[in-house]
Amino acid sequence: MIGFFLRRVIQSLLILLGVSLITFVLLYWLPADPVRQIAGRSATAQTVENIRQQLGLDQPLWVQYWRYLTGLVQGDLGRSYLQKTEVSTLIASRLPASLLLMAGAIFAELLIGLSMGVIAALRRGTATDQSLMIVSFIGVSAPQFVVGLLLLYVFAVQLGWFPIGGYGTFAHLVLPSMTLGILGSGWYSRMMRSSMIEVLRQDYVRTARAKGLTRLRVIFRHALPNAILPIIAMIGIDIGIFMGGIVVVESVFGWPGIGQLAWQAIQRVDIPIIMGVTLVSAAAIVIGNLLADLISLLVDPRIRTR
Amino acid sequence: MSDGNIKRSGAKAPETSTESGPVLRLDHLNISVNTEDGLRPLVHDLSFDLHRGETLAIAGESGSGKSLTSLAIMGLLPPPAVRVTGGSIHFGEQELTTLGESALRQIRGNRIAMIFQEPMTSLNPVMKIGTQLAEAICAHESISFKDARARALAALKSVRLSEPEKRLNQFPHELSGGMRQRVMIAMALALKPDILIADEPTTALDVTVQREVLDLLRDLQREMGTALILITHDMGVVAEMADRVLVMKGGHFVEENDVVSLFSQPREAYTRDLLNAVPCLGDGLASASANKPNEDPYVAELENVVVRFNVRSGILGRVTHRVHAVENVSLNIRKGEIFSLVGESGCGKSTIAKAMVGLVKHSGRIRINGIDISPPYGTIDNQVRREIQMVFQDPMASLDPRMRVGELVREPLVIHGVGSVAEQKRRVEYLFERVGLSRDQIERYPHEFSGGQRQRICIARALALNPKLIIADESVSALDVTVQAKVLVLLKELVSDLGVSFLFISHDMAVVENISDRVAVMYLGQIVEMGSCQQIFGTPRHSYTRRLISAVPTADPTRERQTLARLVGDVPSPVRLISETVPHVTLENAGNGHMIAIE
Repeated sequence: MIGFFLRRVIQSLLILLGVSLITFVLLYWLPADPVRQIAGRSATAQTVENIRQQLGLDQPLWVQYWRYLTGLVQGDLGRSYLQKTEVSTLIASRLPASLLLMAGAIFAELLIGLSMGVIAALRRGTATDQSLMIVSFIGVSAPQFVVGLLLLYVFAVQLGWFPIGGYGTFAHLVLPSMTLGILGSGWYSRMMRSSMIEVLRQDYVRTARAKGLTRLRVIFRHALPNAILPIIAMIGIDIGIFMGGIVVVESVFGWPGIGQLAWQAIQRVDIPIIMGVTLVSAAAIVIGNLLADLISLLVDPRIRTR
Repeated sequence: MSDGNIKRSGAKAPETSTESGPVLRLDHLNISVNTEDGLRPLVHDLSFDLHRGETLAIAGESGSGKSLTSLAIMGLLPPPAVRVTGGSIHFGEQELTTLGESALRQIRGNRIAMIFQEPMTSLNPVMKIGTQLAEAICAHESISFKDARARALAALKSVRLSEPEKRLNQFPHELSGGMRQRVMIAMALALKPDILIADEPTTALDVTVQREVLDLLRDLQREMGTALILITHDMGVVAEMADRVLVMKGGHFVEENDVVSLFSQPREAYTRDLLNAVPCLGDGLASASANKPNEDPYVAELENVVVRFNVRSGILGRVTHRVHAVENVSLNIRKGEIFSLVGESGCGKSTIAKAMVGLVKHSGRIRINGIDISPPYGTIDNQVRREIQMVFQDPMASLDPRMRVGELVREPLVIHGVGSVAEQKRRVEYLFERVGLSRDQIERYPHEFSGGQRQRICIARALALNPKLIIADESVSALDVTVQAKVLVLLKELVSDLGVSFLFISHDMAVVENISDRVAVMYLGQIVEMGSCQQIFGTPRHSYTRRLISAVPTADPTRERQTLARLVGDVPSPVRLISETVPHVTLENAGNGHMIAIE
């Protein structure tokens, strides 16, 4: 089991290395010139050349990448071109907000998605099942900025239950988490429904009923723990999807997370920040998947012995 | 224990206890399924009584309604489509068909318990054995979980499970099929129910394990005085276990009688057919005795064939263990011969078949029709593939549901580019008639056929290229006995008419005896005994062969069964550490080609 975990950690590090290389190469080939952005429109060719030399951007690609990589292993993500601050400091100040948002979103989508899925499976073929599946379909297909604006309009503007934007209290967290979570809950409810239907058909559920257990016990002790196993692996993948969604949702709600940081950096071609945010997101996805594997390992004894 | 005598005297027990009335009475029970075309009846007007302490066998082929009847008694019919549409089920004073869910729950597992066919899937894979047992006890008795675990341990001991304390903390996947079925029995009997329903309890088990489980069930039933409803398709199991037998067909009652009378004087034609179709050990000997010494050429020659699979583990994924699936197997199959490989699950018999068609890598020599297919020099090319074809166990799974059966049979001809389209179609028509199907069925789809017909289609497909050898891997195991008997007749006809050879792989000793010219018995990847059918079944010499033969239930309730030494534990694993060497079995010729492993 420890061997399995170590192997996965090594794999994860290789993945991160690959991500850094691909991102670096793509940014190098970017048609926009970051030095022009820094120097401003009125700068002379000489100034531009000086800045380029200062930042080391005149070096060949592999020299630049090697330099970035040696910094990276020492925990140095470089400096922002424009803000002149350490990228790691910038990200560290923004990351907690994003992680909080993500945790809220995962909680929201699991709560909504799993309960919808379980109810639909238990009421399979009825009107309840059908309406829940229509709702989940809408959840899956609605674009996030539309959902976000809709929630803002109804619950913040019209009803005034939650603040319109910003960061700080639990009330601030609800609407952005919901916006992110609704998309996921659509997927989860569908997956949970089919997984639960599959499990309810299994022989061991029949055995549990033949023992004379109550319906609740059959569902929660026997069916649910088995039905949830394929869902756990999904949560790891989900973090990647969130990383995309976070850029949109943080802008809509003025949430001071790394999504906003990334958005601003992209507009200004601030390459060190883009690199840093990409790597941190990739690390989050990799860690998420690792955690999902670890949880599966803990819940499913069959994987443990392998 | 001399079971035979005790059981017959045990059969009288219900007569003395009839004053107390039956413990279960079914009266004109009807079960129907709701379909788009309205209610379709599945069980018609079924009535029977079950007395305290007796064993009633409900026998019938697939679709007879025997399992549905048991589910109806438990109140576990799959809702909402299938339900009881008439009649009554009286459990003592209680009427079960109208009982509410919570009242039914008090009875389920407590007064009426049930064990199922598939031990591999009948236990919750993510819950410990001890918890699953204790939970069943806690559901009906107000005792602490700790006390329930103590009871669970006692129950595991009573089903003679090895290391019961350790089992409590294990998960189902850590136990073999036979062990899991013991756990199911322990769970069912922990609360000393009045009735135990066993739905095909040993069908999925190997024959020696089946023997142990049947012995166990009978012993426990006798100790506790539980009434047993044994649902089975196997007339051998019926003969050995039942006091009374009820035969069902297509949801209808056929006949009911005590077991001796039913086997000796069946009243209904269907019962006679069912009994005649049962392959019995001893039947094959008479017909096979006409065997002459065979000088025909070999179609398959295997010489020291070895198949091993690597098991990787650790951080670096190094090979630490090996599965020794097949070790040093040598055998020859002649033209026009039915050669059987028999053994219990995991003995390597299917792996040999896979090696012969190139689906797994092997070392050693395999020659098909004289052509070497073994690495490093030989390969399987299309020429060899034409000579060797396979028929598998599950005919539905091996036919593409979206292709017409005629196309399925024609496909090998298309792949190998044999003849023009018109010639191919003529060949398909010929093949359909050859396997006993009619030409107008060529345009149909697989789901429109019964199990037996589907297996005939698979056989026709295997015959399409006129192969020298057909490998039939458990090809009749999934079929009902009456259908099975007809398919076996077809296979024999094909051998005598077309001169094709069969490698017949089976776990069923009686079928093997019925059909084979020569037999090899496999154990842990090696052949332990090989010889003509008469040699193996008439004068078995190796202890494992004898154990296999004596474990087969006999469809004769009057025959006293020889007692079998109770086995402890399961067949040892063929997985070994990479550093271990495999003890090779040496075969010795005991005369006339009867090869026996030296013990």
